[in-house]
Parts: sequence; structure tokens; C-alpha cells
Amino acid sequence: MKPLSDLYQQMLRIRLVEEEIANRYSEQKMRCPTHLSIGQEAVAVGVSSALTIDDKVYSSHRAHAHYLAKGGSVNKLIAELYGKKTGCTGGRGGSMHLCDLDAGFMASTAIVANSIPLAVGHALHFQTQNTGAISVAYFGEGATEEGAFYESLNFAVLKSLPMLFVCENNRYSVYSSLDVRQPSNRSIIDLAKAIGANTIELDGNDVVAVAEAANEAKTSILQGKGPVLMECHTYRHREHCGPNYDDELGYRPKQEVEDWLKRDPLVLAEVQLPSTFSKDKIIASISSEIGQAFSLAEAAEFPSIDQNYEYLYA
Amino acid sequence: MLETANFADEINRAQHQSMQMDSSMLSFGLGIDDPKGIFGTTSGLAKAFGSERVFDMPTAENAMTGIGIGAAIAGSRVLMTHQRLDFFLLAMDQLVNNAAKWHYMFNGMMKVPITIRLIIGRGWGQGPTHAQNLQAWFAHVPGLKVVVPSRTENVAQQLHQAIMDDNPVLFIEHRWLHQQSCHTESIVSLEQPLEHTQIVREGKNITVVANSYMLLEALRAAEHLAELGIDCEVIDTACLHQINWSVLHSSIEKTGHLLVCDSARKEFSCGAEILANLSENCFGHFNRAPVRLGLPDYPEPTSYGLTKDFYPCAQAIACKISELLGSKKSLEAHSPLEQSGHHDVPGSWFKGPF
Repeated sequence: MKPLSDLYQQMLRIRLVEEEIANRYSEQKMRCPTHLSIGQEAVAVGVSSALTIDDKVYSSHRAHAHYLAKGGSVNKLIAELYGKKTGCTGGRGGSMHLCDLDAGFMASTAIVANSIPLAVGHALHFQTQNTGAISVAYFGEGATEEGAFYESLNFAVLKSLPMLFVCENNRYSVYSSLDVRQPSNRSIIDLAKAIGANTIELDGNDVVAVAEAANEAKTSILQGKGPVLMECHTYRHREHCGPNYDDELGYRPKQEVEDWLKRDPLVLAEVQLPSTFSKDKIIASISSEIGQAFSLAEAAEFPSIDQNYEYLYA
Repeated sequence: MLETANFADEINRAQHQSMQMDSSMLSFGLGIDDPKGIFGTTSGLAKAFGSERVFDMPTAENAMTGIGIGAAIAGSRVLMTHQRLDFFLLAMDQLVNNAAKWHYMFNGMMKVPITIRLIIGRGWGQGPTHAQNLQAWFAHVPGLKVVVPSRTENVAQQLHQAIMDDNPVLFIEHRWLHQQSCHTESIVSLEQPLEHTQIVREGKNITVVANSYMLLEALRAAEHLAELGIDCEVIDTACLHQINWSVLHSSIEKTGHLLVCDSARKEFSCGAEILANLSENCFGHFNRAPVRLGLPDYPEPTSYGLTKDFYPCAQAIACKISELLGSKKSLEAHSPLEQSGHHDVPGSWFKGPF
């Protein structure tokens, strides 16, 4: 297990990157739909702490934290948001289609539940090639309403694939709350159990709990005990898509928002840090890294429009 | 006596060869290793290569397509088979949003070597949801390859090269082609480069463009018309993603007449695209306005009593060509092409229910 200070530092880095994106979004230079992970960093950091470079990750539309926690390049992320040649997909995909193969972050995709089967396919490849690595699918609780989720989980269990399913339950699909989408007396964990997966339900804002659960899950998967589904309860602080807070719309109960903000994963971790931990020094270092990423992105060229026909076919 | 091979066996042979050549290749589909082996096209594969590489699957077309794509991204070579194209419609998200765009969207960093065999049904009441040729849908999406075989001579070559291609390929087989045969000596080698658009019969009076089962009907019509002094050039557009337009343009320059026979609904079809391109590029070479034949714009009904003229046959093609060329030949002149027996089977070999 990584020390808490490391986990905290990673969460802080992701938070500061995304806050800077939010600060600068109104400049209208990052011209693509952007779904911030602010509030949900503990899931990404905790899960990634259990993974090696050989383990592969797939994610959804809200993927910045997963990408950065897995080791994805911050320079390439910011350049991608600016649509520049130096972006992680050279401006082809934007915020919702991230990729850093050097870090083992395969892809994020925009359609709900769409990348879950891909991760399972990667696990099938791992199994037939006997590689000893695991494949990870991150998705929101909305994805558990899609057929692709059931179909994928069923197959992964059937074949006992080296597969970790990570469900981030943030309770809202855009503005639609869980109670208009799923029966109140049925949990995602129970569903996954009924399909035959091993399951862990936990506080997704507790980075240590997530890291422990992910380590345990990985050990069990590599022992050939079949796929594991982790349901991590968490909360997004800002609007579904974009840089702002949108609680003036009233779609989330005021008390609920306040309670979850108090349970900010960074705040929960910070109180447990040793007194010797120097936050200021770390913030200075991260801020300089972020400043540089934005400067590089701003200075970079747009990709050439002449190359638009490239890579249509392999 | 010359030895013969049939279409279904050739499809089977291509899969065996491909699995032999690439040890990373996986093959799966509903019923792929059942006693009937998808009309015999997959028989023996599971036994030869083991259940880890060749396996039946859950009835979950969408996720299983995504799983195939994921395995292909990871480094496996993947072949999927669907007994009916219509069931594959459940997998459009994975096909269109992932397979087609992956290489492009991720700036060439990853590739998706997956081939998806889709079989189109016809006859014996296959009806509205077991007989659709949606080749135009697939051809419309950038990044997909669409191969529609018609002939026993090159079907193994076409399938083998589809499988070995590093891009997503839809391989659309017509059920009525499976029992076709040819002399083994005319079979094209698996490695010979594909001809995307091929002149199957040379002629000087009219260009007839077709694929899938319609190509067979067009060839029957052409053979009959030759006896009446009408010389048809028949062209097979097997690879819809990459039509070799110069073959078609040269043909129109020679014949000055065009009939496009689509094996799907006529409107908004691949035939419409071919006709549009040739009108744009060969306008001055046409002696008469070009003509199309295709399926009507309603779903295929099931009843024997409702399907009589749903599919244009060789006789309809011959009549259309006579009409286009201003020939005085009456319908009776083409009566040798009249189908004997039942209209809803390709021959006495075809027994229901599939």
C-alpha cells in the first residue's frame, strides 16, 4: 500500500489540474465538452494505487481523474482540451476520448457503458495470452442501466476473466436522480452478486478504503477467483458538463450537497496526514507543473487540416 | 471428371487457414460450434483449434461485439459470425462508435483487426426481420470496410484477406450463395491481391453492376441475352468501401448504358451511390438514362403468397435491359429465364426452416 501522503498528493494534483481547467474554461479556448471529476478523485487514485503499468484501464466521459491517476501525461491532457497537435489524440478526440498507452490508460469513450465491453475484451486477450495482468473498467451508476453492462459482466463472470469493474455511484445522471432510474430497494451490488461477480461496496471518498479494496480485488482476480465489482459511493461537486456549480437549479437537495461537500475526499484525507506534511511546498510544485502544461498547450500548433484523411484505415 | 468446391466449404477453409496462420486469432458467435456449424461454414473449427480460441457465446450481440473489439485492440485477431444480419443490429453502438472510429479517433495509435460475418436470409418465410441486406448502412460509415462476396472462386480469398486486414470488416454473405459450387481449378489463391471491383463478364452493349445474389441473377440474364444478340458487361462490386471507379467509368465509356442491380432496397442504396457517381463522371457517355433495379420500399413479408415478386430475378433483369436498349423483344422472349418450381427457394437443395 502506498502511504497516505502519496495518495493525498495525487488527489491534490488532480484537483488542482481540474480547478485550473475550470478557471480558464470561460476563455473559450478549450472548445470541447468537459466533464470534471472534482469530488471523485479518491476512486481514481485508490484504484490506480493497486495497478501496474501492465494493467490496462478504460473509462467513460468523466475520465480526467482516471487518466491522471494512471499516469497519463498532464501536458498531453491540457493540449488535447485546447485541440492541439500535441494533445493525447492530436485533437481527434477531446476531453471524452483520452488515451496514454505509455501509462496503460487505453481509452475513455463518450457513450454511456460503451467502454465496459472493450475492457472485458482486453481481459479476454489477457486470459488467452496468459499475461498475468488485469483490465479495469470505470463507469458511473448510470451505465448499470445499460444492457452493455449486464452483457459484459455476465461474460466476464462466465469466463472468469481478470477484470475489475469500478462503479462510481455519484447518484446523478446529468440532472436525473437515482430514484427515477433504479428501484429504491435494489442495490447495484446485489445485482452484480446475482450475476455471479465478487463485490465490494465502499465509501468512494475514502482514498485509503478504495486503495485497500482495489488491492484486495486485484489479488483475488489474479488468483483466478473471477471478476470483482467495486461500487464506490461518491459525489461530483460541479455541474454534469462544464466548469461551474449548478446547484441553483435545485435538482440536488441542498442538505445532500452540503453533506457531501463536507465529505470532500481531500478534506477526509488531509485530517489524517502527519503534522510534518507540508502542503504549501507541494502546491507550489504542482502549480508550476500545471502552469507549464497550459503554457505549452497555448503555444502549441493546431494539427494540420490536411491530415484529416489520415488514419481512416490502419 | 473435374473436382468441385462449394461456397460454404470455401468459407470454412478460409477460417481454418487464417486460424492456422495467426495463433492470436479468436473466433466466436452464437452456434458456431453446434452440430450444424452455421450452415457448415464453421464446422470443425472448435475441434481443430480448441474451445479457448473458438467458442459459442451468450446471446449478447452488443457487448460481445465490444468484447471482440477490445480483444482486437489488445492484440488478438477476431472473427465473429452472426447467422442472421438482423440480430447484429443490436450491436450498432459498438460497431459505429468504436470499431469504425477507433484508429482515427486515437490518431492512429491503435487498430481494430476484427471481421464480422453477417448472413442474409431469404425465402421460406424469412420475413421482415430475417432477410435484410443493410450493406448501405455499413458502407455509409467512415472507417468500416464492407465486403459482399458473390462467387465460390474468390470467396475464400475475400474472407481470408478480410480476417487478416487490420481494420474492422463486415463480410456480408447471402444464404442462397452457400450451396453454389465451382471447379476447384478456378479457385483464386488466398494471397492473391483482391480485385475490389471486377469485370466478371465482358460485353459491349450495356454495363450491369451487381453484387451478392443479384450478381448470379445478372449473370444468368447476361447469358440468355447473349443468345438474343445483347452483349452485357457484368461488374461485381464486392468491396463497397473501396469501389474501383475507373473500372466502372471505362465500362460506361465503352457501352453507353447502365443497369445497377441492388440486392437491397432500391432507394438510398449502394446502387444509388453507384448511379450517382457514374452520372457525375460519365454523363456525356450515356446514350440513355441509367436504370436501377432493387427491392421494393416495404419490408419483406413472410407469406408465400406475398413474396412472389419481392426479389427481382434474372427474367426481370433481362426485361429491364431489353427495355433500356429499346429492344423490341417481348416478355415471352425471356421466358427461358422463368423460375421453375417455388419462388421462395434457390433450388431443390434448400429445405426450410432456415
